[in-house]
Amino acid sequence: MKRVMRQHFTRWLILAGTGILLFYGTAVFAADESSAAPGREMARQATKTKRPGITVDHSRLAALNKPFKSGPEITKACQSCHTEAESQFHQTIHWTWKADDNIRGKAGYSINNFCISANKMQDKGCLSCHPGWNKSMDSINCLVCHGQKDINWEESFQDLNALSASKDPEEVEIAKEIRNNIQTAAQSVGLPGRKNCGSCHFYGGGGDGVKHGDLDSSLAKPNKALDVHMGTDGQDFRCTRCHTTRLHKIAGRIYTAPAATHRKSLVEDDLIAKITCESCHTATPHKAGSKPNDHTDKVACQSCHIPTFARVNPTKMSWDWSKAGVLKDGKPFKTVGAYGKEDYLSIKGEMKWEKNIKPVYYWFNGSIDDVTTKDTIDPSKRVAVSRPAGSRNDKNSRIFPFKVHQGSQPYDKVNKTLLAPVLSGNDGYWKTLDWPSALSKGQQALGLPFSGEFDFVETSYVFPTTHMVAPKENAVKCSECHRRDDGRLANLAGFYMPGRDRNRWINTLGWLAVIGSLIGVTIHGLGRVFAARNGRKENK
Amino acid sequence: MSLINMKLIYLYSRFERFWHWFQAVLIILLLATGFEIYGAWKILGFRTAVDVHSFTGLTWLIGFAFFVFWLFTTGEWRQYIPTTKKMFEVIRYYSYGIFKGESHPVPKRKDAKHNPLQRLTYLSLAALLLPVQMLTGFLYWGYNSWSGWGLSIIPLEVMALIHMAGAFAIFQFLIIHIYMTTTGHTIFAHIRAMITGWEEVEKEEKVEDWEKATVKSP
Repeated sequence: MKRVMRQHFTRWLILAGTGILLFYGTAVFAADESSAAPGREMARQATKTKRPGITVDHSRLAALNKPFKSGPEITKACQSCHTEAESQFHQTIHWTWKADDNIRGKAGYSINNFCISANKMQDKGCLSCHPGWNKSMDSINCLVCHGQKDINWEESFQDLNALSASKDPEEVEIAKEIRNNIQTAAQSVGLPGRKNCGSCHFYGGGGDGVKHGDLDSSLAKPNKALDVHMGTDGQDFRCTRCHTTRLHKIAGRIYTAPAATHRKSLVEDDLIAKITCESCHTATPHKAGSKPNDHTDKVACQSCHIPTFARVNPTKMSWDWSKAGVLKDGKPFKTVGAYGKEDYLSIKGEMKWEKNIKPVYYWFNGSIDDVTTKDTIDPSKRVAVSRPAGSRNDKNSRIFPFKVHQGSQPYDKVNKTLLAPVLSGNDGYWKTLDWPSALSKGQQALGLPFSGEFDFVETSYVFPTTHMVAPKENAVKCSECHRRDDGRLANLAGFYMPGRDRNRWINTLGWLAVIGSLIGVTIHGLGRVFAARNGRKENK
Repeated sequence: MSLINMKLIYLYSRFERFWHWFQAVLIILLLATGFEIYGAWKILGFRTAVDVHSFTGLTWLIGFAFFVFWLFTTGEWRQYIPTTKKMFEVIRYYSYGIFKGESHPVPKRKDAKHNPLQRLTYLSLAALLLPVQMLTGFLYWGYNSWSGWGLSIIPLEVMALIHMAGAFAIFQFLIIHIYMTTTGHTIFAHIRAMITGWEEVEKEEKVEDWEKATVKSP
């Protein structure tokens, strides 16, 4: 009787124990599923009001209700109210094209492996992106960034001026229409939208998606799958939602200067720029106790949340200037390759386009190390025209995804510097296909020497990948880095990563011991079986 | 040996059996998920493997505290005192006598559950291997807090290395242990004993004094 009861009790105990464990287990795991990530909740609260209150209707302002004959006239009208805008804007890199150190910048000695250099703004082709009127540096064009209407200003004013003197009633009518068009466009102003920023930044390098793999015209009207923040079917963020602006100074990285020097969220400082993910999402954005939160000290959000870039439009991955200059029937030509993109142009050389590219990962502290036209290079190996600054041992560095653009570009064999040819205009390489002349004119514009001896050197240029943040279900899976072979972080050494790294000795000895034991017990077991059989036979 | 000479003794208490099987489940889960994290195979997927491994490991750590408490309050720890007496006979039995159908030189008794070889194995296991495994596992789990714990000078690799060496050793133990359960008078005799608590042993064997775990009166 006692024994029966004891057995019942034991069964009951085991059952209860299993029940408690199951409950405990499911409670822990299921609770995670039902509650949202606190970082997302935090960010949603930080961005509740989507439209700022507008208290001015610009179409009713007298200053904007007059027939404008030129761009600068419009700017004057803007300044009649926005008295400080010009002086503010003149101090920003968007106008000066110079970094704070006065060396870097398009108007300085910075160089890349696309169109190489703006030759201190003397390569006029580059000025199509400078926010002045008619490629001139005299007056700001406020409407590049603030205009809400699509209009070709240069053409409109040219046509207007050509027709305004006309007596032909039809032409007078057209002139009137253009004038009205200009006036409405001047009145349609607002905070910069994705198209305003995109008119330059989507087309950096002279075409859609040439430079940045994470920034092209697909972001003008993206869906959530392309960018969770900007998606018009989601949060519908414009660029300035994160690139917050103060006195026309827009938050973002400027050459060597990081976009943010401190990791702070709005909870810690409500006046910080919202330029980092953590500004809104905090440093522990995932569910409490979940492993991804343990990664945020060493792995940037972008590394997992941007699985690939150039997901809609292709981006240029290499540009070989050394192949330029080949003629067909004595004439420059071009060929079209993958994705309908030009893969050879006599005036530019050979290039490669790709889509859906996995980034390359580096330790990054927010700053970029670069080579300017003033720096000497070692042409015996690939020159990193720009590369991420940071290391495993730098506590401000995290693993960050990059687009790496490979190139081949001219350098001075005697002075050991990269060379900056003039490309556009009558003296430019694109017209002359004459390297010595384009190079010496370009170096002259920079005030830098050119020995006359040049060759081509392989180079690389990096872009931090930070746009095109994918929905969480598309985030990079743990096993894409925590794996033995072909992991995304295979190139990063100096630390132990579970799933990727192992000690060769322990691994070999360990498996020898395990397999040895298996073989040992098998032999021992078989021995017992045979011994028993023989024993039985003998007994008979 | 004939079955007539066998008798049933109640060898394993309820807690002991529960702990044995509970720990068995935990260890098998930990090995399966641990080696998945290590990259040896793919069963649950890396992320789930990590979650299950952490949860199971912490559960084991808590459970082990109860086991240690039980061990010392019941005096059962004496079953683990190592000895060299009859060690040679036991080794000889497993490498020779067992094939000849000889009887075990140190049969199980209520106050002497473990033969000398088992004593040594289980002592190294309970006092060294498992605690080291739990400690390195716990530290591994708390890697992000190392700077707060003043451990930032230790590279993760060292911890991972010890943890993996331990894992291989436990894996090896598991294989041999499971095999050894088949060496009773029938293949499943030992396993049945660990489930019901009742082990069949030979009748006339005398338990020697040195084997006894009972407390000597002062």
